[in-house]
Amino acid sequence: MDTDQLIRSLAADNAHRAPRVGAVLTMALLVAAPLSILIFATFLGVRPDVMSAMHNPFFDMKFAVTLSLAIPAIIVSLHLSRPEALMRGWGWLLLLPVGLLAVAIGSEAMMAPAMPMTMRLVGKNSRVCLVAIPAMSLPLLAGALFGLRHGAPSHPALAGALAGLVSAGLAATLYASHCTDDSPLFVATWYTLAAAFVAAVGALAGSKVLRY
Amino acid sequence: MRGREDEWTGLMRSAMAGDDAAYHRLLKAVTPVLRAAARRGLARAGQPPDQAEDIVQEILLAVHLKRHTWDSEAPFAPWLFAIARNKLIDALRRRGRRVFVNIDDFAETLPGETPQETASAGEVTAQINTLPQRQRDVLQSIAVESASIKDTAAKFSMSEGAVRVALHRGLAALTAKLRDH
Repeated sequence: MDTDQLIRSLAADNAHRAPRVGAVLTMALLVAAPLSILIFATFLGVRPDVMSAMHNPFFDMKFAVTLSLAIPAIIVSLHLSRPEALMRGWGWLLLLPVGLLAVAIGSEAMMAPAMPMTMRLVGKNSRVCLVAIPAMSLPLLAGALFGLRHGAPSHPALAGALAGLVSAGLAATLYASHCTDDSPLFVATWYTLAAAFVAAVGALAGSKVLRY
Repeated sequence: MRGREDEWTGLMRSAMAGDDAAYHRLLKAVTPVLRAAARRGLARAGQPPDQAEDIVQEILLAVHLKRHTWDSEAPFAPWLFAIARNKLIDALRRRGRRVFVNIDDFAETLPGETPQETASAGEVTAQINTLPQRQRDVLQSIAVESASIKDTAAKFSMSEGAVRVALHRGLAALTAKLRDH
């Protein structure tokens, strides 16, 4: 087929309208979320003392941190799904959870410690955390990658890593309501490790499936 | 150069608003620029320039299937060149070369540098033959015999909607095959 003929067939298909990447990503995440919630409901569940925990600012802070990862990661991943997009000017959005954690760690350090630092750091749930966040991330990661496949990222591994951060942020939001370790030190250590692992899986998968 | 790129942006806006003729003109207008850049990329990688047309066709397919990622408020050329650069790198990598593709390859096309008007490419043609019968028939009819959607529908006793679906699926399948083969 010569190029003029190809162009003719493309022009004939001009009426076809694809949905926006944001719409496809949203739909895919909404389809994947029940699976992650099912994992959560089956194996974890909300912690029993949730009503009193809500009065603890460090409990609430966990949700601020995880959502400040998930939401900016969605925004940046949609930005990067445009082929000409650069990371420049957008990367700082991903530092929001880091900044929040730094503030939280600082304020906890200024209070009289309820527990020794090593207890707060290691907690009781570090192993559960490292398994539960990646496990609940998997359906969401698949959804995020499916959604971003609709875009045209110039850096598929980077876009995949962001899909990983989206899914880890959302999974960690669920997990935070289960976990009884509220110290920002615990969150900074174990949530970060779990999210980094999911981001690495996302980057690896992205480099394969996000090429267009 | 500026004027040319503004014209492209205008044509693409019309195309997205449903003007098929504007879309046709735009694709015709960008093709020589893509061809020149593909030739230059191949030359720099020490590859024969006769594969340029394959790359041009792959870029055009990607432009078509990803045009919803273009922001109609933004200029068209940077978007186009980003897709072209990506496809050129991919194509050269598949041919076993790692090369640095300069974005200026696309921007710096000299006026008058317009190699042959149109050319045939082997890869797309080869992959068309692996498509399902119906998609292949519709593509052949519209591309090669330049039949309209309406005429194609009459010829194969299909509805126009079914022709449109087969055409779009055929183009999408073609792109996937070119990427993965």
